[in-house]
Amino acid sequence: MPSLMSRLSSAILCAGFALLIALAPSPSGAVLPDEMLADPAMEARARVISKDIRCLVCQNQSIDDSDADLARDLRILIRERLNEGDTNDQVQDYLVARYGEYVLLNPPMRAGTLLLWGAPAILVLLGSIAVFFWFRGLGRKTAAAGPTLSAEEEARLSSLISPRNGKDQS
Amino acid sequence: MKRILFLLPLGLFIIVAGYFAWQLLYGRDPRIIPSALIGNPVPETELPPLKDDKPGFGRADFGSPDAEKAPVLVNVFASWCGPCRAEHPFVTALAKQESIEVYGLNAKDNRQAALDWLRDLGDPYAKIGFDPQGKAVLDWGVYGYPETYLVNGRGEIVFKHVGPLYPDLIERELLPRIRALKGEG
Repeated sequence: MPSLMSRLSSAILCAGFALLIALAPSPSGAVLPDEMLADPAMEARARVISKDIRCLVCQNQSIDDSDADLARDLRILIRERLNEGDTNDQVQDYLVARYGEYVLLNPPMRAGTLLLWGAPAILVLLGSIAVFFWFRGLGRKTAAAGPTLSAEEEARLSSLISPRNGKDQS
Repeated sequence: MKRILFLLPLGLFIIVAGYFAWQLLYGRDPRIIPSALIGNPVPETELPPLKDDKPGFGRADFGSPDAEKAPVLVNVFASWCGPCRAEHPFVTALAKQESIEVYGLNAKDNRQAALDWLRDLGDPYAKIGFDPQGKAVLDWGVYGYPETYLVNGRGEIVFKHVGPLYPDLIERELLPRIRALKGEG
């Protein structure tokens, strides 16, 4: 059994880690200080937009996370558009017009992407149907397996559970 | 019936694996992103000249639906880009043999480095735009170097290739399109 001292020290260690995690600054992606806008509200909007824009060189990273040159250029472009008074949607449309919908990490819901969006629901539905039939089959099997004791076994069983029999044995 | 159900996972696996194998062997390269600009007019961006004795280019240098011009090839290049060097002889040959004007778009480059590069390797371009900041290339939807765009007489981008040109690709993809455009005009 661990001593009180070692328990105490591990508890302190855990608390220390928790505090570290809580106090750690949120990850700031690949954005460099010289790209940032002076206005924190505008900068926050730029960050929100860049989190949803795919870096076309690295492809599964957002431009907010990516160190690629192109990602940096696109981050600067987004900030320029914001400074010129574009709304978030206008900035996004601007990028989609040049790089296609592929540039969005969240594909928009359209006829062409319906299967993509619907697939999880369809899979859950298919799974539920499978589970339903599985359990129904299980119920049937136990019902069918019920009356298969032979007459001999039946007699033995009834003698075993009869109260008189129990008394005799004790 | 029971026996067939046991084979279901195997069947599913074969279907999925077959699909992956087919994509792997015959599918398109997922790194190549279809250009959003195909079928659209060239960007409005005005590009200043790289050289003193050769103009840059902008929207007015391409045709428009009202005033058609000859088709043009736009080749994005930079002196820092290795594959650009590799494709340069083919770009040069295209410009000479197919009598199609090739516009160069020099991107994110140092002017002197670009001039030296062209002096060493030859300059096949009819016009060269200079984009040291890499802003105009974003309007063209460039994401890799080099890239080559074929613009038809109405000023619309009809074809884009990401990466260096090579003889087989030129023969297969580019020449038929150039000849079709010339036949039209």
